[in-house]
Amino acid sequence: MISREEVIHVARLARLRFDDDEIGRLQHELSTIIDYIARLNEFDLAGVAPTAHAVDVKNVFRADEPRACLTQEEALANAPAVECGHFLVPRIGEG
Amino acid sequence: MAGTLYADTYPLTALRCRELLEKREASALEIVDAYLARIEAVDGEVGAFLSVLGEDARAQARAVDAKASGERKPWEGVPIALKDILCTKGLETTCGSRILAGYVPPYDASVVAKLRAEGLIFLGKLNMDEFAMGSSNETSAYQITRNPWDLDRVPGGSSGGSAASVAAGEAPWSLGSDTGGSIRQPASLCGVVGMKPTYGAVSRYGLIAFASSLDQIGPFARTVRDAAALLDLISFRDPYDSTSLGLPEPLTLPTAVDLAGLRFGIIREYLGEACEPGVREVFNDAVAAIHALGGVCEEVSLPSVERGIAAYYIIAPAECSANLARFDGVRFGHRASGATDLMDMYTRTRSEGFGPEVTRRIMIGTYALSAGYYDAYYGQAQRTRTIIIEDFKQAFERFDFLVSPTSPTVAFKLGERMEDPLAMYLSDLCTIPVNLAGLPGLSLPGGASQGLPVGVQLVGPHFSEQGLFEAAHALEQKLAVKARPAGIGGGQ
Repeated sequence: MISREEVIHVARLARLRFDDDEIGRLQHELSTIIDYIARLNEFDLAGVAPTAHAVDVKNVFRADEPRACLTQEEALANAPAVECGHFLVPRIGEG
Repeated sequence: MAGTLYADTYPLTALRCRELLEKREASALEIVDAYLARIEAVDGEVGAFLSVLGEDARAQARAVDAKASGERKPWEGVPIALKDILCTKGLETTCGSRILAGYVPPYDASVVAKLRAEGLIFLGKLNMDEFAMGSSNETSAYQITRNPWDLDRVPGGSSGGSAASVAAGEAPWSLGSDTGGSIRQPASLCGVVGMKPTYGAVSRYGLIAFASSLDQIGPFARTVRDAAALLDLISFRDPYDSTSLGLPEPLTLPTAVDLAGLRFGIIREYLGEACEPGVREVFNDAVAAIHALGGVCEEVSLPSVERGIAAYYIIAPAECSANLARFDGVRFGHRASGATDLMDMYTRTRSEGFGPEVTRRIMIGTYALSAGYYDAYYGQAQRTRTIIIEDFKQAFERFDFLVSPTSPTVAFKLGERMEDPLAMYLSDLCTIPVNLAGLPGLSLPGGASQGLPVGVQLVGPHFSEQGLFEAAHALEQKLAVKARPAGIGGGQ
């Protein structure tokens, strides 16, 4: 069983937060799922190359030419908070 | 309810719409109005649409009608509906998630831009599992979508709205996306045709990313020919997606009348205990039909596919945990209020904005990629993927196509699997390995069990789309599945 501390640690890495009940639920659910996926370790796959891409593709190049892109206004249109043409966020460190 | 509408629009295929427009037997406005009326009449029950584009669609239809026939593109004026995972310029795109409520993309997905350029008319955006994570549409943050064949049952997922809308006659065809079965499984459960193309056949630009090494956009339709026509429209090499290749040749409408000389491998691993007896019966009838058409069917074993779900539930969550890092409340979507600093804002925003299935997968993915576990989980999953690809390659040395049930069960009841994530994941037993290997796969209606549709899955080698459509078309004609959903429309 995955510990409470592990759930809290992984949640922090993923920028998520859960209340006590949810942590208990996740301990149980993640343990079930991880037990299931851990069965892959029953197979000896030493020497097998991992797949990164299922279809053979070569590098794709294009000319490095300027082309139309979003305007600043368009890029900011969906932002929850904007100031002076920039994305506005809460303070980053201790004030 | 409008019986004439049911009679007029329900059986329409996209090809028939095109023909009516070409011969000027119907105006684009009449066709659009008929579909909008059908949506109005049944979508309260079905719940396939998150948004309907009434006036925009009508205005577009009037513009088409004002053009001389010679000035029209071949598909101009034919309606279509889109899964809400595809970015549509100026139209809210939520991906079924609260975190994207109110998001209005400043650009079109490449497939959307292509369909606009071809003059297709968008009827609206379709419900889906949140961020395409789910097999029943029940993880949508917005609404329940019901199976038109039985309103107490799920339509499948994650492209449940795309399948249900076509099954209910609310659109002649639609687009969905498939990461582990999200086109084929709902197509099977709703009794329509659904196709996942070869990885790279269709551009993913503007498709909100779930698991980028697996995601593909593909068509839903009432017939194999419609599905082929729609894939032909959306498959091209796109400079905005460097993994896109298009197809080697433009697709033509399939015309095959038999399967003479073709060899079909029946995947033994998919006919075990997990497969319902009723599904097996319909599948056996489909195998008999392949025989009758001159095809040869033999059992083949692909032992590695049984490990597919385990590999998938490492790879897909790992990729999603990275892809969904962009939802941080800074540039678009929901932002939590009351945060004390930036980190607190990220954490509150994501915890409020994502539903339980999405956070569960982000947690699995983050765990699998975290220090000390990477090789045991992610590395092992990617090596398993290699073994699965090799198994398929060997099978395709002996067979032209592989055939199996699409889903091991018929549509299940709403709520039945929501408390058991693993049971839900097993819905995609037969479809997941196809994504892991990047292969094209198609589900077509095979018949019914307990009055509910059962799909047959055909899988081919990379870029075998034309052959796959030909085989599916021949089989479709032979099976002649004519049944219509009884769950809606007052049984008309």
